Amino acid sequence: MRFRYHTRYSDARKLLPWTEGRVAYLLLVLALIAAPFVLQRFWVGELSYIFILAIASLGLMILKGYTGQVSLGPAAFVAIGAYAHALMLDAGVPFAVSLCLTLIISGAAGLMIGLPAIRVSGLSLAMMTLAFAVIVEHVLGRWKTLTGGFSGLPVETPVLFGFRLGTPTAFYFLCLAILIITLLGLVNLMRGPKGRAFVAVRDSEAAAWGLGIDVARTRVEAFVLSSAILGLSGALMAHHVQHLTPEGFGLLLSLELVLMVVIGGLGSLRGALLGAVLIGFLPRLISMAKPLLPAQVSAQFGLEIFAYGLVLAVFVLFEPRGLEGRWQKTKAFLTSFPVYRRDTFRRQKTYMRSERLK
Amino acid sequence: MSLFEFDAVTLSFGGITAIRNLSFHVEKGEIFAIIGPNGAGKTSVLNVVSRVFDPNEGQIRFDGRDITKVPRKGVADLGIARTFQNLELFERASVIDNLRLGRHRFERGGTWQSLFNLPSHGRREDEAREAVEAIIDLLDLSPWREAMVGSLPYGVRKVVELGRALALEPKLLFLDEPASGLNSEETRDLSFWIEDIRRDLGITIVMVEHDMSLVSAVADRVLCMNLGSRLALGTPSEVQANADVIAAYLGT
Repeated sequence: MRFRYHTRYSDARKLLPWTEGRVAYLLLVLALIAAPFVLQRFWVGELSYIFILAIASLGLMILKGYTGQVSLGPAAFVAIGAYAHALMLDAGVPFAVSLCLTLIISGAAGLMIGLPAIRVSGLSLAMMTLAFAVIVEHVLGRWKTLTGGFSGLPVETPVLFGFRLGTPTAFYFLCLAILIITLLGLVNLMRGPKGRAFVAVRDSEAAAWGLGIDVARTRVEAFVLSSAILGLSGALMAHHVQHLTPEGFGLLLSLELVLMVVIGGLGSLRGALLGAVLIGFLPRLISMAKPLLPAQVSAQFGLEIFAYGLVLAVFVLFEPRGLEGRWQKTKAFLTSFPVYRRDTFRRQKTYMRSERLK
Repeated sequence: MSLFEFDAVTLSFGGITAIRNLSFHVEKGEIFAIIGPNGAGKTSVLNVVSRVFDPNEGQIRFDGRDITKVPRKGVADLGIARTFQNLELFERASVIDNLRLGRHRFERGGTWQSLFNLPSHGRREDEAREAVEAIIDLLDLSPWREAMVGSLPYGVRKVVELGRALALEPKLLFLDEPASGLNSEETRDLSFWIEDIRRDLGITIVMVEHDMSLVSAVADRVLCMNLGSRLALGTPSEVQANADVIAAYLGT
């Protein structure tokens, strides 16, 4: 057992208070830096894709995990980011500028959906975002003069400060850098006043109003921030797939993103990352497991969707707090090893709140 | 001029009149209690003040200013805090974060500083923490400082909610049934805190309460409501002896 002793308030603001934690994260970063020089080309590409998914997952976590707004169409914002970025590169906008503009454009798309979303929540909001995703996918398919329709839109190789980032290794480092910057920014934001306001809106709107938090505005801000980050991941996704088609941003991608945040553990940035890793590797795990399965099963179509459903069902039944919850439990078990109490994380009774005021 | 004036306010929802031409005023430094049978309109009074509902008629003046046109989020900025009958805490946040959110009106802006974790942001966070620690000290919450609110026993949650309202540094504090669900020991603690809050922090308190032992212990004046209108107003003993009040509670 160990306890945190603070001698000044700034001690409580340290991100990594323990030496072990600092060493662990340092090793993780070193391993990620070494990875492209050790792994095969294919796996470097796979890891880059996981990083892109992780950025998208972080974006969705802000909306779903921190402000409690259900979105079933996050892929729409990824698509908007991807197409906006590809079209701007086509028009000769420099890569870095285009990336910043993508943030603004997809943020503006979020504002467009976020403003009417003030009036709806829960299931209605879920349906609204789902409808938006379907509309975006169809518009991208039909607006042939701009997007190339279903035959697709080729994406130019990123060029940053005169360096062509065409090789898998260079692109890997670009994705890793943007992921780390996004993560650090969000960690800071979520432990500051804005992040607390998000959580307040999620847990009790009545109390949030009473404390002077503009609930409507906060919900829109979460929408804008979330879509901007989803759009950023879309820009990187465009380079990853190199040829944009509307099908790439269909409901399956939305489903994957929603699964990432739910299975990762709502309300935790680490959960978003863990969820992205699990869901991102799932298709590879399935294809690796295929030779081991009986022929009737492995020949089936749509094994991935089945696996998504299975993983979701298992988590909802056995670990509702997701991978983050499992992580916390494992950590608590290890740090308090001989005296770990089985019921530490037992779910507590929740008290009824009947006076629900909008 | 009184600190808070409720002037001929009427609130109705279709055919139901929750508050009927109700007037009362609260002096600065007073502890004012509102009692009444269920459905008397006590919580509606609080909800009109915190701008959940617009009154159909009448004025609500705070510091001489009519607040019936203030936006809902602006009530906290005036220095009016409230608690809720059935607890509206942020359950998946720690006690510290709940209290910090009480200080939200002092924490607006500074988003960019927090994004880059600049030193100025750190200083602001530490100052907020210091203010919150004073409340933790006052209400004996230190054992639960880092705990998630969702894992706390009911009595502690009640205190956390009181602390969150105090963190707003209000001039006027509305408590909606602060003693409901508390045992007699916790209720006694609460009566001492209410006295402390008035004496040490100089906060005027209006509380809606059923527990007459608490009301007679701390309240200076009591308003008894029935069916949305005023039945009696006076010191606790006067109101308790009033024939109309007894009739409203026990039936005639």
